Amino acid sequence: MALDEYRPQEGDEAYEGPREFRQVGTRPDRPDGFDKVTGRARFGADMYAPGMLHAAILRSPHAHARIVRLDTSKAEALEGVKAVVTRADFSKNVIFAPGTVGEFWNILENIMAGEKALYDGHAVAAVAATTPLIARDALKLIEVEYEILPHVTDVDEAMKPGAPVIREGAADRSVPEGMHPNVVRYHESGHGDVEAGFAEADLVIEDHFTTEATHQGYIEPHACLGTLGADGKGELWCCTQGHWYVQKVCAALLDLETANLRVTASEIGGGFGGKTTVFIEPVALALSRKAGRPVKLVMSRAEVFRATGPTASASMDIRIGMKKDGTITAAQGTFRLQGGAFPGAPMEFTAMCAFACYDLRHVRQVGYDVMTNRPKQAAYRAPGSPMAAFAVESVIDELCNRLGLDPIEVRLKNAAREGTKASYGPTYPRIGLVETLEAARAHPHYAAPLKPGQGRGISCGFWFNYGGETSVSLALSEDGSAQVMVGTPDIGGSRASMALMAAEVLGIPYENIRVTVADTGSLGYNEISHGSRVTYASGLATIKAARDAVRKLRQRAADKWGIDVEAVDWVDGCAVPSGPNAGDFDPLPLAEITKTMGATGGPISGHFEATPEGAGVSFATHIVDAEVDRETGKTRVVRYTVVQDAGKAIHPTYVEGQFQGGAAQGIGWALNEEYIYGEDGRLQNPGFLDYRIPVASDLPMIDTVIVEVPNPGHPFGVRGVGETSICPPLAAIANAVSNAAGVRLRDLPMRPSRILDELEKQRDDA
Amino acid sequence: MTKIHVTARINGDEVEFLCDPRETMLDVLRDRLGLIGAKEGCGTGDCGACSITLDGRLVCSCLMLGVEAEGREIGTVEGIAEGENLHPLQRKFIEHAALQCGFCTPGILVAAKNLLERNPDPSEEEVRYWLAGNLCRCTGYDKIIRAVLDAAAEMREAS
Amino acid sequence: MPEVHLWSGLRALAGGREVVEVEGRTVGEILDALVAACPGLKEPIEAGVSVAVDGRIIASARNEPVNPDSEIYLLQRLRGG
Repeated sequence: MALDEYRPQEGDEAYEGPREFRQVGTRPDRPDGFDKVTGRARFGADMYAPGMLHAAILRSPHAHARIVRLDTSKAEALEGVKAVVTRADFSKNVIFAPGTVGEFWNILENIMAGEKALYDGHAVAAVAATTPLIARDALKLIEVEYEILPHVTDVDEAMKPGAPVIREGAADRSVPEGMHPNVVRYHESGHGDVEAGFAEADLVIEDHFTTEATHQGYIEPHACLGTLGADGKGELWCCTQGHWYVQKVCAALLDLETANLRVTASEIGGGFGGKTTVFIEPVALALSRKAGRPVKLVMSRAEVFRATGPTASASMDIRIGMKKDGTITAAQGTFRLQGGAFPGAPMEFTAMCAFACYDLRHVRQVGYDVMTNRPKQAAYRAPGSPMAAFAVESVIDELCNRLGLDPIEVRLKNAAREGTKASYGPTYPRIGLVETLEAARAHPHYAAPLKPGQGRGISCGFWFNYGGETSVSLALSEDGSAQVMVGTPDIGGSRASMALMAAEVLGIPYENIRVTVADTGSLGYNEISHGSRVTYASGLATIKAARDAVRKLRQRAADKWGIDVEAVDWVDGCAVPSGPNAGDFDPLPLAEITKTMGATGGPISGHFEATPEGAGVSFATHIVDAEVDRETGKTRVVRYTVVQDAGKAIHPTYVEGQFQGGAAQGIGWALNEEYIYGEDGRLQNPGFLDYRIPVASDLPMIDTVIVEVPNPGHPFGVRGVGETSICPPLAAIANAVSNAAGVRLRDLPMRPSRILDELEKQRDDA
Repeated sequence: MTKIHVTARINGDEVEFLCDPRETMLDVLRDRLGLIGAKEGCGTGDCGACSITLDGRLVCSCLMLGVEAEGREIGTVEGIAEGENLHPLQRKFIEHAALQCGFCTPGILVAAKNLLERNPDPSEEEVRYWLAGNLCRCTGYDKIIRAVLDAAAEMREAS
Repeated sequence: MPEVHLWSGLRALAGGREVVEVEGRTVGEILDALVAACPGLKEPIEAGVSVAVDGRIIASARNEPVNPDSEIYLLQRLRGG
């Protein structure tokens, strides 16, 4: 389809077929680069207001305790303290409900404890004072009397009879009779008859796997600056992946009218899912309302670890049957995830993603959402999927090893394709798993020789991707430049891809477009930047908004020429007659039309508001070489290649960046990162020294291959790219370790002590 | 608590400030002097987002007290560009997309500039170990390392 | 009449049925008809479901069209990170 055939059709998301792009697919500098390399960009903690107070939060040192008495009077009396808030200062109208239906209640209970402290780090009170030091001093004056209760932090322990009950009545009706009250949601899906399938197999492997909770590990702690008047009107500045969601939650928790709270998203210092929810913003606003002054609240790193969402930890049983020729005959998985002291561990995604890469006649998956005395889990990049991939892809690798089969050939043999019935039910439209496997097989990495002590691992991964509510406005200036207002915070360079798509449609230079992340008072509702949805959904909305503007530009040209708008095309940024019959007119450039737009019908803007529902699922295949030091047990990743289907890469450099970043986070999850709880239920490693994320000297260069199998649900074929890249690394590295050292690690992280234990067992067995 | 008067030179300019003896240099830079380029990612010297130079030596400003700046020379990310001209490292970071969220970027630029002043021709391994104290969660470091090596090459050619 | 496939965890709430036939021309009509046919499904549907129509996963739009021969699967509500 040629660029001059743009005919906007409202609500139509269909892929428009291959085309020559002029700007999409190029690699220009990001528009916000200058601000970010000079220190000018303003993140959550970088905003100041006249008369601003500083806030601090008092947190429970106990994993599970009844709050018997809470006395804030001494803190209130301290010179410089302007307000103290507790749970009593929040809405009484937020209603408890079982499962995830009562999400606002869950958020409220999480950001400020009610009758019980539910985990080490749970907030119990907050102070606003004239300086940060006074606020901190005031916390020490708050008296809390706790009745310590028995606690549980392990998922399997929490399901056992006799385990301490976190909260009665939290389970929804999906949970089968007779389960412990800590089991709050249940999932079961699949098709076929797995026992019949296992009977057809030549080899069946059944194994147990665990993964620990890991934190998203964004370098920027949560921070906000809020002002709320007694008139119920407020302003909030915060680092978030979704400021409309923050607006909605704060309004509910503080009994405000949503529109009266204007929320502005700061630059965001990483999120990875961890900033899709709310922790401190309602607290800052409640303090501000009480004190009558702006309040700034910034979390410490220890608070981030103790009280914001890590991902869920998992305990999993996998059983897979295979024929000698590599055909998988049946697959079954049980996934138990704990998501802290609230319902919501993403076990349904773990279950649905587990076998999504494969074409299976017989498959069954079961999931349990379990509560423990840990912080409320938050989404983390493809929530639930990486742990499933770890368990499933490890078993497939083991089957390949024992049957003497090539891991890529086996995956190709069983790979899901267009028309395959997915393990989670529906039939796949066009998907790109096979293409990623073929590209991996053809990559020089796959054939490169290994050094002694090294092993190579392969894994595939899957994530759904997402659309969601989206609004974009595009306004043209008299000089022919354009401003694009989007509502999805730019977590990783999305302004650049929005500008590229707008430039493509308008036919003007990339540099003439400014993309702004609008505040909640300047644009219609936008769902959170999550689910790899930004380039897909905001991108689609940007294309549609630009086409809306183009339609109006064509109309102005039609008016000027005295012909019908249908006889005007838009080519390379100019209105042109659509053919010889339309008349003989010189091309009319965009800037010529906008120069006189005030006098020819008024300002020209384009808008789009919708809920795009054409998000395309995505697949990746990773190849990793690892080296295991048999003396120390340390594993080193020596070579890494990511192959992933992007649908269409709008700005390939930032697509590569997403691939590399996801792989690096996966490497950390596989080798180093874990939440460590003591017997007392306290988090023992709430800092970057003891919770070790990968540093520059831990990693090799990370090669990338962008596969482009167009998403049928986007005009340019875009799929999301942000999340899938974290799914394969856990298993890919475990498989590499297995091939390097002959030991199969079934528990993450594969820290040196665990590897040494396995090596010792290996020696004992020999 | 009584505040202490401190005089220091920051990015070449003489500055005076009053600070509480408990305040870190990072707090002083951000909250008293309006230099918000240095970031607090951890407050314990583990992440490097607050990196500055103190008399030419790379330090975490969260581990230094404001009062310790008395009579010293401090460099922050705000002092890297010369007027409207970006430093080669800054240009290469943009060109290579060596930043995604950009939060760790100021600290990494300060650290990388300090490296290149000591070693104009570092190997990949030397860059990786020098920057091992600067955490980045977005990029996997690949593009950061490439940007630093490329900037070093350009600076060597220019000198 | 469109057939709606339930994930197996839902079957206990739908009288053991794996597939429910309901009238409806849009996702919203299908969901309303499902609740009318199986009141036990009210809670999970209100908690949030996605609906896969012919392989396309509809996360929230009730106005998406459904054909009588469409393949329809209820899925748990998607979200991301």
